[in-house]
Parts: sequence; structure tokens; C-alpha cells
Amino acid sequence: MNISYLYSLIAVIVLALFAYVGSKFGGGEALFGIIFPLLAGLTFTVGFIYRIVDWARSPVPFRIPTTCGQQKSLPWIESACIENPTTTAGVVVRMILEVVLFRSLFRNTTCELKEGDKLAYRWEIWLWVGALAFHYAFFTVVVRHLRFFMEPVPVCLQFLETLDGFLQIGLPGLMLSGVVLLAAAVFLFLRRILTPHVRYISLASDYFPLFLIMGIAFSGILMRYFTKVEIVNVKAFTMGLVTLQPHIPDGIGGIFYVHLFLVSVLLVYFPFSKLMHLGGIFMSPTRNLTTDTRAKRHINPWNSPVKIHTYEHYEDEFREKMVDVGLPVDKMLEAQPPEAPEAPETPEAPEAPETPEVPEKPEVPAEPEAPEAPEKKE
Amino acid sequence: MSEDLNPEELLSSIAPKPPKTGWMDTPVDIKKGIYSYAANPKSVEYLSLPHARQWNPAEEDWNLPENWKEIITQGFRERLDRFRSVKVFMDICVRCGACADKCHFFIGSGDPKNMPVLRAELLRSVYRNDFTTAGKIIGSISKNFKKMIGARELTVDVLKEWWYYLFQCSECRRCSVFCPYGIDTAEITIMGRELLNLIGLNIDWIATPVANCYRTGNHLGIQPHAFMDMMDFFTDDIEEITGVKVEPSFMKKGADILFITPSGDVFADPGTYTCMGYMMLFHYLKEKYGLDITWSTYASEGGNFGFFTSHETMKRLNSKMYAEAKRLGVKWILGGECGHMWRVIHQYMDTMNGPADFLEVPVSPITGTVFENAKSTKMVHIAEFTADLIKHDKLELDPGRNDHLTVTYHDSCNTARGMGMFEEPRYVIKNVCNNFYEMPANTIREQTFCCGSGSGLNAGENMDLRMQGGLPRANAVKYVHEKHDVNMLACVCAIDRAALTTSVEYWVPDVEVTGMTELVANALIMPGEQKRTMNLRSEELPGMEDDDAEEEDV
Ligand code: HEM
Ligand code: SF4
Ligand code: SF4
Repeated sequence: MNISYLYSLIAVIVLALFAYVGSKFGGGEALFGIIFPLLAGLTFTVGFIYRIVDWARSPVPFRIPTTCGQQKSLPWIESACIENPTTTAGVVVRMILEVVLFRSLFRNTTCELKEGDKLAYRWEIWLWVGALAFHYAFFTVVVRHLRFFMEPVPVCLQFLETLDGFLQIGLPGLMLSGVVLLAAAVFLFLRRILTPHVRYISLASDYFPLFLIMGIAFSGILMRYFTKVEIVNVKAFTMGLVTLQPHIPDGIGGIFYVHLFLVSVLLVYFPFSKLMHLGGIFMSPTRNLTTDTRAKRHINPWNSPVKIHTYEHYEDEFREKMVDVGLPVDKMLEAQPPEAPEAPETPEAPEAPETPEVPEKPEVPAEPEAPEAPEKKE
Repeated sequence: MSEDLNPEELLSSIAPKPPKTGWMDTPVDIKKGIYSYAANPKSVEYLSLPHARQWNPAEEDWNLPENWKEIITQGFRERLDRFRSVKVFMDICVRCGACADKCHFFIGSGDPKNMPVLRAELLRSVYRNDFTTAGKIIGSISKNFKKMIGARELTVDVLKEWWYYLFQCSECRRCSVFCPYGIDTAEITIMGRELLNLIGLNIDWIATPVANCYRTGNHLGIQPHAFMDMMDFFTDDIEEITGVKVEPSFMKKGADILFITPSGDVFADPGTYTCMGYMMLFHYLKEKYGLDITWSTYASEGGNFGFFTSHETMKRLNSKMYAEAKRLGVKWILGGECGHMWRVIHQYMDTMNGPADFLEVPVSPITGTVFENAKSTKMVHIAEFTADLIKHDKLELDPGRNDHLTVTYHDSCNTARGMGMFEEPRYVIKNVCNNFYEMPANTIREQTFCCGSGSGLNAGENMDLRMQGGLPRANAVKYVHEKHDVNMLACVCAIDRAALTTSVEYWVPDVEVTGMTELVANALIMPGEQKRTMNLRSEELPGMEDDDAEEEDV
């Protein structure tokens, strides 16, 4: 049984306790409120840029897009200009669909063996739904938090909040995003432990960000609806952080430090983990390239020089046999005058004249035995 | 045939659940019937590939070079620096499992290490350990931590696991269609096999064809005279069937077009009938329109098992196509029916061996169609070419001659996901056959299933693996066989023709396999032909024996 999720769960609980308790001690507030978040922000920024630059340093030697639709060939055959894009515009649309709608994941199916011998495929939409809910909720939460860092709060953010709180339940008004984020994270976690094969491939490092985000969402919800943290103080604090004039206001409580610390951990964890799929998807060569590879030459910066077996080598080895069966040759057999028009049948061993750097000829490499022997049919 | 397992046994042997032990703690068990034999050292040597030696996968000691680990680590680093694909794919997988049950080898075996994600993790775990900062730091704290982040050291057992599972991937890219980031496990397999190649861990079914191809121009090692013998054979058969004597041209300087197709079609049934099909089609075009298409024995291989060895080996074999086209002074190249051949041509050839500035932008002199899509590579697919001819009504066809067939079409992985050629072959087939049915949507086009034997895995000794991998495709064939009485499986790939024949015989014995051009040639009304009473397989055509052949309704 793969129980690695326990490690991750324990790790997140320990981190949360660490922040809760730590912030109570002298200087703890400054440490968890100012120093850790700033360091985390720095690590995230530098780390993220470093990873992208590092990927970009490796070239794309071949154009290997996965073609998921009809190619552009004959004018009367309709081509799939997005799933098999020959133009940059097509690639851009393909990428937008991947990033915004998780196009490829939308195709997901499951395969089942029915009645002992029939494979049946079923459209499997739940991973797509869960992942989309998770990411959009996360995105909304992140964007909503920008209000803590901006003065005055831009109109579009206020609009987003209205949208997010449209249910108008409770006071302060319930924000859908936080709840969906928590629910979706729980769903993704359950899926991970309940699907045997997904559980089998899951690492502690897969559970960790899920628990972390659950922890962040949970502590956030706790603050907003239950401990009712003083928003004005928080805003004063965050504005201090971004203007690099940090100070610690009173009365924001332990849960806030837990929340902030878990976010800091997420920021630090991000660039060194699979969460970099955020950047990676844009650089995936099976998706972000045009497929017009026969129409336009793609250049490989390191196109390795290789040793090749030229026609001259080939003819030198087989000239006699070629001449025997009437195949045209470039050089006539030595015994013959060069202008002899028809193939002579002199079985003279051809002297390989100028054999440049051919590898040693072996005794004929064994012929693969498989294809049904040539003595087919009469 | 699968040595011990009959189809029912194979089906019930599919593991429904992963084992109790974690994958890192489940040692590799190299099974007979699954693995392919080690390469003949002579073949490896002939290609001057490294560390040619005698070794046996079934034995404990693989005679690894002393510094094998260094070689692999160094090779890994080089590839990370040369291929963004490898680097990005190593880093961004979230292990969502969307790719898991997309792989035919996983579906057919239930072995969790055949899930694309886990196949990739076999390498990724070593990558994390050796090349990532997090892996190095965390790994140095404790071994347990290492495991938590999915890192592990490269050991001989890990290496054996790589070898075993990288040769259970047919590089079909079905997984990459479903991955939210487009992670292509085929690309990872390609890199992994390159690394294994660096320490001489090749399989014979790949290395020997490559050596053959390098020397004789084709995988089967057919020397020019034997090649011509086969062609003579075909010429005689065609004459017997149609009454027309075709005269294929060879290495003719100044011909219009050079034709290159996989050599499998020259030697193995039922590919041979497709080969006869080409000869008849070209004869027709010569007689009717004066089109001069020539064959070559030097470049007598369309396939490229070098692709399954390393990028460099692929380039070495592929170079012959342009070299020969240049020597003969043709205008452009026409390519026959093959799968991975076309991935190489479509996505690699121009980059590796181009620019082909000595050739012309391909134009069909018969229809005037300019193949804009091939204007740089200058190589056109026979399905594109034939579809264009049919569209312009340039072929006289009698599809009724294929009325005893109910046909379905198998998209080859490479022409599907490495090119996107879906409609051209369908258009051709539907114009030469009256009875056509598609297999279920999840098993065709970009979601097509591999024949189970691609990427050099069509050996004889790994038949259990091939039948496992062949299951999803065969199962879909069985579905249309039972539902629509389909009795002919058409494809445009030489490996398919060989592999599907075996797999279909095992899983759906009443269905046969054909190439597209065989169907075309059966329907093609040759100038001056006799009444056709036999198809290219020299089988009696039902309803054609006597004079009043009636049309069946469609
Ligand atoms: C372009 C942007 C992004 C795309 C297209 C994307 C796509 C995906 C997809 C398809 C999954 C699979 C769902 C799953 O594993 O269950 C996933 C997982 C995940 N993503 Fe993203 N993502 C993006 C950005 C982000 C960002 C910014 C975060 C920040 C926290 C994030 C966090 C996660 C996490 C934690 C998972 C794992 C869920 C799990 O373990 O089950 N993603 N992402
Ligand atoms: S679908 Fe992609 S991201 Fe998901 S497990 Fe497979 S390779 Fe990883
Ligand atoms: S490329 Fe094909 S064979 Fe290889 S892992 Fe992916 S689905 Fe399986």
C-alpha cells in the first residue's frame, strides 16, 4: 500500500504548527510576517525565472508536434488548423485551448475489459472537471488577493469579487472560489488515493502541494468566516510588505501566520517541483510548434555530422551483381571498356578503388529471420 | 504464435491491480516471451556503434563496460542539453495518470510499469537523483526522503528495468495525445534507448536490420540481384493475373520521380501484394501519361530502424534518400506505405539531411497539383499522390472487384500522430472499395492504437508482448468484424502488414490484412488487361469467374 500521503500530511501539519507556535514567541511575528514571506517571494521569482531560462537554454532540434487532426495537404481535404496547426495563429489557439481549457485532458477516456474479452472506452470527464475547478478557483483566489497589495483597489477586482460572492450567503459574504478550491483539492486527493493505479504512481511530493493548498484554503476560510481577522490591519501589513516598509500591526492572530507561512512554503516549493508545469506547458514541443514540417525546413543547431554509406561504396561492393541483373552502374567493371553499353557478365571481383573511411565489413550480418521466407508462391 | 498462452489465457492474465509493493521496491523480472534478444555484436560493430559484445538479457551478468554508469550519466547530461523536450518532460509531469490506460501495452498486460507515466518515471527517478538540486539536497539527507520525492540511484537493476521496459514501448505517442502538457513518452523512450545504445544494450531485431540497411540499402539485407529476382517474380505474377507485362524501371537517371518504400513489402506477405500494386499503378501511369517513376536498390528502404537506435543512426540511414535522388537527378521523391518512415520524413528528414535544393517542388504532372505541403522536403506520400489522381479522375477503377471485401482502416500511429494523414487513405480506399466501415472512434485517427509491434519490436521471441500490445487494435477489429462482417483490415504501413497479420490471426482469425495500394491495384483497370478473374493474391474473384458478374448492392 502506498501511504506516502501520510508523510505529506504530517509535514503540512508540522509546518502549520510551527508557524502558529513560532509566531507567538518574541520576534516570531517579524520572522513569519516579514522575513519568511520576503525570502519566499524572492526565491519564487528567482527560481521561476531560472527554471524557464534553463529550459530555454536547451534547443529544440526537431519539430515533433503531436498531430491530433487532419494535416494540410490537398486543397480539397479540410485540414484541422488547430489540432494540426500549420500557422503560428493555429499554434496560438491550440496553446490557449490547452492552457485555458485543458484541451488534451478533455479527451480523457477510461478503458475497461468487459465480459472478459471486450475493451470498452468511456469518456472520463471528472479529472478534467476537478482540475479545471481547482485551477480556476486557485486563480481567482490569487487575483482576489491582489486587493491587499493595491491601493486603490482596481474596478476589475471589485467586479471579480462581486462575481465570486454572487451567492450572497452569510456575512462576510461567502466567496465561492475559496470553497471550490478546498473542495477540488479534496477531490483531487481522493481521486489519487482511491484510484489504484493513480495511487500507485503517486509520490509524497504529489500529495504535499495538495495538502499545502488545502491548508492555505482552510486557514483562509477560517480567518474570513470564523476568527474574523481585522481586514484593515491585514491590508496595512501587506501594503507595508510590498512597499518594503514592513511593520507588524496588532491583532491579526496566529491563524494568519499559519496562512502566510503556508503560502511562503508554496512559493518556495513551486520552482523546484512539478508545479513548474505552469511554465512548462508553454514550452512543450509536442504542442507549441507548427506542423508544416515538410513545407518549411526546421533548423537543428547541432545537426550532428555522421558517417554515411555512399552510393559509391555500395556500387563498389555490389557492382558485379548489379551488372549481372542488368542494373545500371556508374562505373563499369574493370575488365570492360568504359563505353560498353550493355551489362557484361564477367564475374571479376570488383576491386574497391577508393574506399574512404568505411567501417570494417563484417561477414554479412545475419539476416533477420522473421519475415516469411522469400520462397513464397510459385 | 504466443508460445503458451491462448487468447483466453492471455486475457485472464491481465493484472487488474498493481502489486502490493511500490514500484521502486518491485524488482524487474525479465520474462521470456516479452523481451527481445540481444544484438548480434557483428551488426553493432559494422555500424561502429559502441560496446559491441555478446550478452544475454536472461543472464545475471550483462558484460557491461566498466564505466557504464559514467557513460550513462554523461549521455543523459548531453541529451538534457540538446533536447528541450527531454528536459521539460523530465520536470513537469504531475502524475495525474491521464496517460495510464492509453497505452496498448498497459491495457494488454496490466503491468503498471507499462503505464506511460511510470515508464517515464523509471528514467525520471534517476534524473531527479542526479540532475536536480532538490534531488541532490534532499537525497543527501536520507534514503527515505529520496524515495518520497521519487528519486533513486542508478544501479544495475535499474538499468535492467530501463532496458526491459523501454523495449516494451512502441513509440506510438498515443499517450501524448491525452497528456495535459503533451508529454510524449515516446520521446523519453527514444532518449532512453539512445542511452542504452551507448553501452551496447541493443536488441537484435533493430541492430541487424540497421546494419543490413546501412550496407545493402534495406533492412532485410537483400542484395541487388535478389531484389531484382523478387521484382521479376512479381512481374510474372502480375502478367498471369492481368495479362499485362509491367516493366519497372530501376535507378534510371533523369526519371521524373524516385520511389522509395519499405523493403518488407518486397519480401513478406501480404506486403508483397502492395508492392505488386505499386508496380501496376506505375505501369498504368507510364502507359497512360508517360510518367517515369524509378526504383533504387541503393535506397531500397523506406523504413528506418535507425530511428529506434539513435538520432544519428536515423540520419545515417535516411541520408540515402536524398543522396540517391540527387545522383539520379529526379524531380522529387514519392514515398510508399510505411508508418515510422513517414514520421522520419515528415518531422526529421529535412532538418537532418536537407535542404533538398537539388529537387523541385513536387508537382503531379498528371493533374497539375502542386504539393505545397511538401515544398521543402520534396517528398510526397503515395496516399496523397493517389488521392489526387482519383479526385481528378485520372485512374480507371472498378471497385466492384473488391466487393467480396468489407474493409476497415487502421491508422498507423506515425502517419496519425506524427503527420496527421487521416483522410487521404480513407478517400482512396472508399473509391476502390464499396464496403467500408470505421472502427470505434476511440481507436482510430489520432486515438489510433498501435499494431503492438512498432519501433522494432516485431521480433519472434517476444510474441507474448506483441499479442498483449496488439489486443486493443485487434479488439476493435473484432468489434467491426462481428457488427459489420468486416473481413479485411487495410493499413498504410509495412510493419502493420506483417504485425497485424499475426495479431489478427491470433485474436480475430477471420480477418485478413492488406495495404491500400493492393486494393487500388485490384480495382485498377490496366490498359490492355485480360478479364480479371483473380485478385493479386491469385485467389478467385467471387462472381467474376463467369461472364455475367452482377453488381452487389452497397
Ligand atoms: C497554465 C497553467 C496551468 C495548467 C494548464 C495546469 C494544468 C494542470 C492539470 C491538467 C493538472 C492535472 C490535474 C491533476 O493532477 O489532478 C494539474 C495539476 C496540478 N496543478 Fe496545475 N496547471 C496550471 C497552473 C498551475 C498553477 C499556477 C498551480 C499553482 C499552485 C498549479 C497547481 C497544480 C497542482 C497542485 C496540481 C496537482 C493536483 C493533483 O496532484 O492531483 N497548476 N495542473
Ligand atoms: S498525462 Fe502527462 S502529466 Fe499526467 S501522468 Fe501522464 S505524463 Fe504525467
Ligand atoms: S508511446 Fe505508445 S507504447 Fe510508448 S508509452 Fe506511450 S502509449 Fe505506450
